[in-house]
Amino acid sequence: MPSLARTLPEEQPTQQKAVLRVEDLHTWFEVRRMGFFKAGDVRALDGASFELYAGETISIVGESGCGKSTLAKTILGINHITKGSIFFDDEDLSTLDKEGWKRYRSNIGYIQQDPYGALPPFMTVKRILEEPMKINGVRDKAEQTRRIRQVLEEVKLAPIEDFLPKFPHMLSGGQQQRLVIARAMVLEPKMLIADEPVSMLDASVRVEILQLLQALQRRHNLAILYITHDLSTVRYFSERIFAMYGGKIIEKSSTAALLEQPLHPYTAALFEATSDPDAENLKTFKDVPAGEPPSLMNPPPGCRFHPRCRKMIKGLCDVQIPPEFWVQEDHAAACWLYKDEV
Amino acid sequence: MKATLSNAFHQMKRYPSAVVGSIIILLLIFMAIYAMIAIPYGEAVRLWRGADNVWVQTPRNARPAWLNYFYQEKQPVTMRMTTEDNPDLKSIVDLGGGVATSDFLFEFDYQYDGFPSEISVFLNATFASARPNVAMKWIAPDGREIQLGELAVRTNENFSISQDTRIQRRLGGALPEKGLFADPADPNKVLKGTYQLVGEGLIFEEGSTVDATLVVYGQLHGLAGTDHRRRDITVALLWGTPVALSFGLVAAVGSSIVTMFLGAASVWFGGWVDWLIRRINEVVMILPLLPILIMVGLFYSRSIWVMLSVVILLGIFGSGILSYRSMFLQVKESGYIDAARAYGAGNGRIIVRYMIPKIIPTLIPGFVTQVPAFVFLEATLAVLGLGDPVLPTWGKLLNDAQTNGALFNGYFYWVLEPAFLLILAGLGFAMLGFALDRIFNPRLRGI
Repeated sequence: MPSLARTLPEEQPTQQKAVLRVEDLHTWFEVRRMGFFKAGDVRALDGASFELYAGETISIVGESGCGKSTLAKTILGINHITKGSIFFDDEDLSTLDKEGWKRYRSNIGYIQQDPYGALPPFMTVKRILEEPMKINGVRDKAEQTRRIRQVLEEVKLAPIEDFLPKFPHMLSGGQQQRLVIARAMVLEPKMLIADEPVSMLDASVRVEILQLLQALQRRHNLAILYITHDLSTVRYFSERIFAMYGGKIIEKSSTAALLEQPLHPYTAALFEATSDPDAENLKTFKDVPAGEPPSLMNPPPGCRFHPRCRKMIKGLCDVQIPPEFWVQEDHAAACWLYKDEV
Repeated sequence: MKATLSNAFHQMKRYPSAVVGSIIILLLIFMAIYAMIAIPYGEAVRLWRGADNVWVQTPRNARPAWLNYFYQEKQPVTMRMTTEDNPDLKSIVDLGGGVATSDFLFEFDYQYDGFPSEISVFLNATFASARPNVAMKWIAPDGREIQLGELAVRTNENFSISQDTRIQRRLGGALPEKGLFADPADPNKVLKGTYQLVGEGLIFEEGSTVDATLVVYGQLHGLAGTDHRRRDITVALLWGTPVALSFGLVAAVGSSIVTMFLGAASVWFGGWVDWLIRRINEVVMILPLLPILIMVGLFYSRSIWVMLSVVILLGIFGSGILSYRSMFLQVKESGYIDAARAYGAGNGRIIVRYMIPKIIPTLIPGFVTQVPAFVFLEATLAVLGLGDPVLPTWGKLLNDAQTNGALFNGYFYWVLEPAFLLILAGLGFAMLGFALDRIFNPRLRGI
């Protein structure tokens, strides 16, 4: 995918104001027994802080159940915030009134993993694109038509008139995902949250969709939160990469620095596990950490990775939660191995 | 949604049972509309109550008239002749001094093989103080004259020839309706030919009149026959249609659509809403419907609308909630629901615009097959004597038939007609419902 390569990191907008600022965000789900009695909490997201700038892409990687999608849904307002806060354009979401939420929702677009599931099967393309506008106060018919034309052109679903009366099942997988992107763009957002947008698509279509997202990002200076477990697309697509494990962000880095040397043992193992079409791989043995992801209802004390970690320091890793250590200017890891390097 | 429905409609043509079912339902709907136009509600209630002697000129327990096509020995239908509509039958001769004769002559050709069921003459006089006097005689085709009697006429006089013991005596003990028509050679056979009833009236006042109506009651009457109170069963069969259809439809709509909304709300809001709805559902599911309806009927009201409300109330929280709930639990996890929440759709919009449209295709067949169940329930209640006290319905016909021993008295039509319509309604909805089920649930198609 050479066309996806980007010149980094000179054009990274460091001086810009953050579009999205997340501070110590927790999302816990209550588990009830017999409908009433509280049995405990699933700590799906347990303390996440970061800033996302306009025109920037942050990739969030991690295995299934690490809290990636919970983070996305919490930012989207689908999940309730248990603790911490989210600021959008320096405005705290918890202070927003109904109008404020409408404004906020018009500013974020959501792209999901399964394009067919993400589209209501009983609505036409036209209805699907009108719905967000109707809900968020774009009531003028002419304006609705203009925006529908614009987004369908941008996602290259042409000729537009042919697509408007169609139902989702009449579209191919790639067209469905384009429609999902069009729906996300129809409110003219400043930020996109793409939750594994290409993992259910054919390899041939993946590149198209990623290129489309990049083109949209350039044209509208979009901030993108790109959530994936597919590390092969990450390197071409994002300025920064965050790795998550057990509901926590364990490593934050610029793409270049992370590809050069992952710091956290989990991230290293994750990259190790990525398949690369290289004949040499036949001869090497991949050292993948044994064990399972931790229970989020009853997480292990200290570092959540310590039961699976080969470099575990007894008496430290299994007792104290590691803070973020900024090893380099653009590279941090929440791991006790680096306690002396700061 | 629209496409699903129009697509379903096109597919229906490929299922003969759907076509036949639709035709039956349409037929019933036309029948209901015709009933409501031809016999307005108030009129239907009045007719069925039998007020103002409306049925006095129809035979009692007569079979349907079309049965004559199947009978070797043709049975009579009711013959009615009156001077009120036809003044030519009357001849008035003024005798001076206010006195006049007012004669009438009814002449009719009797070609049936069976005897009539009754004979009556209705006399109606207008007078100030002196009642007109009328003497009547019967002239058989062979010229025999039989005196029927003489009487002073009041305003609405019913001279029942069949029940007159003096005539019976004159006929040698034979029942008048038989004796008057019997062949003297063979008293069990009808003497066919032209009969005459001659009435000789005498009026004693200026302006006084006397009118007569002869009714020879048949053994057969109308499309559907009559019941023990001479009421035309057609009225109840016709009016039973809108009652049955509306009861079935309203109960099915009430208990399936409201149930669906409750199921959706239960799933969407979760928490205490879900808890409450499920507990109510569990309680209602163990309540027996029929005994409750019987108690309501005995102690409160037998009005069909009260019964309907109870059926709907118990139906709303019935077992349907569980199946809708399970379907909605699946829908709730769809990606498009998350997407809708992300772009800010409210609770009401998500339930109505996003969750329910997904379920509608499975709702429709179930809803259609539910209709006859409620139609039968209404009939069941009526048969148990809990029918609406004023409305004529199919179930009440069956109830009347049962209490009057229709089957061992040979009034088969009284039971078969309402039963046929009930079965027809059930069949129509079932045929359509099963076909719709296959259309909307393609997995059943191969079976």
